[in-house]
Amino acid sequence: MEDILILAIESSCDETAASVVKNGREVLSNVISSQIDIHTLYGGVVPEIASRKHTERINQVVNEALIQANVTMEDITAIAVTYGPGLVGALLVGVSFAKGLSWAYDKPLIGVHHIEGHISANFIDNKELKPPFICLVVSGGHSHLVKVKDYGEYEILGRTRDDAAGEAFDKVARVIGLGYPGGPKIDKVSNEGNPHAIEFPRAKVADNEYDFSFSGLKSAVLNYLNNLNMKGEEYNQADVAASFQQAVVDVLVSHSMTAVSEYGFDKFAIAGGVASNSHLREALKKACEERGVEFYMPTPIMCTDNAAMIGCAAYYEYLKGHRSGMDLNAVPNLRLGER
Amino acid sequence: MKILAIESSATVASVAVVNDNVLEALYTICHKITHSQTLMPMLDEVAERIELDKKSIDYVAVTSGPGSFTGLRIGASTAKGIAMGLNVPIVPVPTLEALAFNAYGVEELICPVMDARRNQVYTGIYSFERTGADFRLVTYLEQTAMDLGELMDKLNSMGKGVLFLGDAKDIFAERIEAGLKCDYAFAPVHMNRQSAAALASAAVRKIASGEYVSAGDFAPTYLRLSQAEREAKEKGNN
Repeated sequence: MEDILILAIESSCDETAASVVKNGREVLSNVISSQIDIHTLYGGVVPEIASRKHTERINQVVNEALIQANVTMEDITAIAVTYGPGLVGALLVGVSFAKGLSWAYDKPLIGVHHIEGHISANFIDNKELKPPFICLVVSGGHSHLVKVKDYGEYEILGRTRDDAAGEAFDKVARVIGLGYPGGPKIDKVSNEGNPHAIEFPRAKVADNEYDFSFSGLKSAVLNYLNNLNMKGEEYNQADVAASFQQAVVDVLVSHSMTAVSEYGFDKFAIAGGVASNSHLREALKKACEERGVEFYMPTPIMCTDNAAMIGCAAYYEYLKGHRSGMDLNAVPNLRLGER
Repeated sequence: MKILAIESSATVASVAVVNDNVLEALYTICHKITHSQTLMPMLDEVAERIELDKKSIDYVAVTSGPGSFTGLRIGASTAKGIAMGLNVPIVPVPTLEALAFNAYGVEELICPVMDARRNQVYTGIYSFERTGADFRLVTYLEQTAMDLGELMDKLNSMGKGVLFLGDAKDIFAERIEAGLKCDYAFAPVHMNRQSAAALASAAVRKIASGEYVSAGDFAPTYLRLSQAEREAKEKGNN
């Protein structure tokens, strides 16, 4: 069979990324141009700035991906692009560019769901992994517990009712003076802290045992800090970070394991930016081992926003014959499983 | 020489193919701001109708701003994708200059205006000046974001007749009536909005003077900072 080469483009948030993926799982190039230095100045991602930077960099990033993969546009089978969910202005840059490129070359276009991309990152780093499995997707914008029934077929078991897990990390990091981005900073400083110094609440959502809620936890951290502040006492940054993180990890692990047992799956995977949190990876690995469940995780680089994962997801879409038209639009609140 | 022109800086979505002295296709709609869904299908239809050999395109022209941030980015990103795909340069044309080209040959002042929100307009002041068998565009005021009052003061001080283009009539006909002391007119419908044909005409001049860039080097000119940058700057000044 002839090789299928997907050129994938991702611009849903603050990374401009492009990749060439061969036959779904072999990454020939994975270029990520991060804007984090600029957004750090503002304490978080500024959508308008992100969109402007994507526009400036997209050609260079796509070119670099082709060069590193040692292929030309002529070799490319199809062009894939993230069309949601994400920041609408940022998504539009990738979508418009991909459509222009696809039109100029008469190459098929495949719109890809960002979260499907994150889940598919597991296929790249775990060549033997095949659906079905349960996947926990946790990032700055998303917290989903998903049943992956087949390639491109998903059932959402639970989602966050308020803040995404990564959002909670960012907010707590800000109030305890760690700054942006919160995830890696809390992960690191937690190594020095006692995760049980403060027992923050582990929220349960009454009508769906798989849904998450992190805003209560965030408030509990704020209240704890305010109380100490009013008493004129200092707080221990590492203890607060470690205890907060433990509360998040506990909830994520317990929800995940409940799903694994309930559905009787023997495979479990994680995905998304928060999936590179070392404490979460360790805890899930242990929980899976205890239950005899095979645990899969992408490498940390594949957990961040990247285009290789989009190329991987697109490959299976391509095989199914899914194609996008020239009217493909950015859909900022695109739901998983929607087309 | 074949130019593909793309305009999506405001409510108008417009695409044109110009082959030397022939406008082979012009497709313009002024409906809703759904450029992401309409622009490429329009271009696709144009290509089909005129049996366009995409590889025969020499330049991609696009309005470089100002305008709706999102509209500009859709146009810019689309142009950058096409230009990279065809391996041709991009010809950026300032939006107000492209608008002014609708009034080719007018020797009075040409004042295109676009609603810029926040009580301002994007505008510029131009005129055509005869040079032998042609007219050249003369710029009296480079495109900028400006309060309407300030623009009228400027026009009053120049003491010449003015032809307004753009959505001026919709935004501030009454205020012009009350405040403008010189003769003026509003351009009629065939020339009062952005058009990829006018853009292509303007682009021909740019190409002649070597004003084009590689697809990778092109980025729109917004004339305004993002809100976050503006606020940070204001904070810094205090």
